[in-house]
Parts: sequence; structure tokens; C-alpha cells
Amino acid sequence: MFKRQVTITVNGEARAVELEPRVLLAHLLREGLGLTGTHIGCDTTSCGACTVLVDGSAVKSCTMLAVQADGHEVRTVEGLTRASELHPVQEGFQEEHGLQCGFCTPGMMMSALALLERNPEPTEEEVRWALSGNLCRCTGYQNIVKAVLWAAAKLRPAGTGGVR
Amino acid sequence: MYPARFRYEAPRSLDEALALLAEHGDEAKVLAGGQSLIPMVKLRFASPELLVDINNVPGLGYHREAASGVLEIGALCRHVDLEFSDVLGDLRPTMAAAAPLIADPIVRNRGTLVGSLCHADPQGDWASVMLALDGEVVAVSAAGRRVIPVTEFVTGPFQNALRPGELAVEARVPVPRGVPLGRYLKLERRVGDFATVGVAVAVETSDGTVTRAGIALTGVGANNIKAVDAERVLVGSTLDRATIAESARLAAEAAKPRTDHRGSEAYKRHVVRTFVERALHPRPAVAA
Repeated sequence: MFKRQVTITVNGEARAVELEPRVLLAHLLREGLGLTGTHIGCDTTSCGACTVLVDGSAVKSCTMLAVQADGHEVRTVEGLTRASELHPVQEGFQEEHGLQCGFCTPGMMMSALALLERNPEPTEEEVRWALSGNLCRCTGYQNIVKAVLWAAAKLRPAGTGGVR
Repeated sequence: MYPARFRYEAPRSLDEALALLAEHGDEAKVLAGGQSLIPMVKLRFASPELLVDINNVPGLGYHREAASGVLEIGALCRHVDLEFSDVLGDLRPTMAAAAPLIADPIVRNRGTLVGSLCHADPQGDWASVMLALDGEVVAVSAAGRRVIPVTEFVTGPFQNALRPGELAVEARVPVPRGVPLGRYLKLERRVGDFATVGVAVAVETSDGTVTRAGIALTGVGANNIKAVDAERVLVGSTLDRATIAESARLAAEAAKPRTDHRGSEAYKRHVVRTFVERALHPRPAVAA
């Protein structure tokens, strides 16, 4: 009686699933669809490790019911890589050493992606502001900020400045 | 963490939502942004039998200035909409200051102002802002519609004045009549933490004289506190230093903080006083 049928587009692919309304989006992604790149950190809407994009907007997937994503488009960290090419955001984290333990990294990357899609030329301050809902306990954030700025420069079309 | 089992309905019209609420009364909980309700059901502080998700109800995401000048904020207007609003402008400085300080950017993408008022967490920021601005909540049910001043809407910690079957569809902020001066100052240990202390100040002046003053406090009592004595001394003044100091003193007196991990009672009172002074001196003289 409690189960519902929903269809959610996950990383470009329509996925039809049957689930209880109490299943959180983070649970569906990790346990239902095997996309364990989305991490559950605090489970209390504080840390941002579970951040995914829903219709392009960064959302804490531990604080949204999976049924609420019915008919919507969800992107996770797994969707960043195309044809085994790293996404510039991923490359930035590699180049600038934007992680240590890596636990917060998927959430950081998805928040960064949401920022860069909205604002392709963020200032350092804007990057810090956009990432302020994502906690990292290792890095002190410096290299994460550099990684996002690196990605921003890489994503800009050549000749529009900021080439590194 | 999994919430306890509940039924879930996602109505596609306001009438359908109101019919569900009328039928299920107290057993139903409305889900809007979910940034407080979902944590509550996960922690099992709340175990509603039915969640009525209003996210698919069209036409509730607005915030707009009505022809009358009243600012209307729909039940699905997210904090982020207010953060990047071009409607608030210079007329609503207290709201414009508060919006970027709500929770963190990811929570602001989902959470709503109206939901925050309904949740009535004494550490919620919007209730103070709305108390300072003399805001109202519009409640609709299958039986009709009523407008409730925020002073009466928040009835206690996590309690609001909605009756079973009622849905809060809109918050309203009256038209400023003079030149508005307002700020929301918030002390938090880190982004996303609840306020250690928050102070909302909304003053209107006409020819340099205060015609209306609103001051409300977050995180320093069992409810958001409207500091009425601190407001009263400002009205009729020219915001001279002595009056501001007196208002700040009265606001600190109105606060009922408790010593906890965020700070001592005395410290929080001191912050209230400092914030009221700071809010009313928006451009303090800087030593050359």
C-alpha cells in the first residue's frame, strides 16, 4: 500500500523505480541505483556531502524524498565523467589537490558545478560563498577553492580571458 | 536514518491540497521545502500519518509587490529567490539582509520563508524579520481564508496558529511609509548553524524622524521576541546616539537567553545590545 512508482532521470537516463515515500533521495541513489559516489555524511542536513543537482539546483539528497524527484532530472558525481574523460571540475580537484580523504569531494564538486553553470566567472569570494554549505574536515578549503577557480578558467572558451 | 512510514500525496492544485488537509486534519503535515520537516521525520521528532507535498501546486512560488505596495511571498518562494531578488530592492532592507544568512546555500535552494514561519523554530530567522516588519500570514482552508499577524501566528516553540485543515499560502509585508532603514545581523558559529543571536531591525523615517520601528530577536528565548519597549523609544526620535543606546539597552533587557554551548546568557545579551546599536548606526564613523 505504501509503494509508489516514480520515474527519475538520473545522469541523463530515465530510471523507473518502485519505492516507499519515506526513502530519501540519497538512499535511492546509493542503495537503489548503486550510485555510491553520493556520500551520506552527517545525515542531518549540515555537511553537504550528499549534494546532488535536481533540475540544475544543488540539493542535499538526504533532505529530499526520492518520490519528490519524480519527473525531475537528477545529476550525481558519476554523471560528471563523459567517455572516461574527467570533467573540468574533477580535473581541477586533481590539478590543485582539492581533496585529502575525499569524503566531501562529490558534494563539493556538485556545488561547484551548480555555481559554474550559473556564474561561469566567479570571484574567489563567490566560490567560498557557494561552497559554504559543504563541510570539509581535512583541507582547510584553500585548495578546494583553487580547484573550482581552475575549473572555471578551463571551462571558459579560449580567448575570453583567465587562461592559465 | 529512515523516517517512520507515512502516506504521501502530491496534489496538483490548491483545491486538491485543501481537500486532503480537510479530510485528514491533524494527521496531515504539509511538505514545502522540507528543510526542517524532513530532518524532523528522520529523527522521528515528528511522525505524521500523511505528508501533503505542495511542491506540485502551481502558482505558489512567487514573491511580488502587489498594486497596494504590500509584498506578497508565496508558500513555495524559496530563500534563494529572496537572496537574488530584484523585488526586495531598497524598500525591504531587513529582508534583503536576512535572505543570504538563512541556513546555507544548499538549504536555501529548497527551504521556504512561509515554511520557516510555520515551523516556528525559536531560532528561525524569518520569524524575527517578520515580527520587526509587522508581517502577516494568509491561511486558506476549504472553509475560507483569514489573515493572521505574525505576532499571533507563532504561538510557541514549534507551534503556530494554523487550525487543522488550514494551509499557509502566503506571507505579507506591509508597505513602508517612510524611508526604510533595516538590517538583520546574525552571529553564528559557522554557516548553517542556528543563530547564537540574531537581531532584526526595521525602521522607517520621515524627514529624519522615526515614524515606525520594529526590533525582533532570534535565538534568545523560547520564541522569537518582539522587543516592543526598544521599538517604542525610537519612534519620534531622530536616531540620536542616546536614543539608540537606550533602545539597545531595552532590547537586551527583553532578551531571555540561556547559557548553552553557543554562549553564556550575559554574552548573548551583550550581542543583542551591540547588534541593535550597529544596525541603527549603519555607517559608523571610522577613525582616519
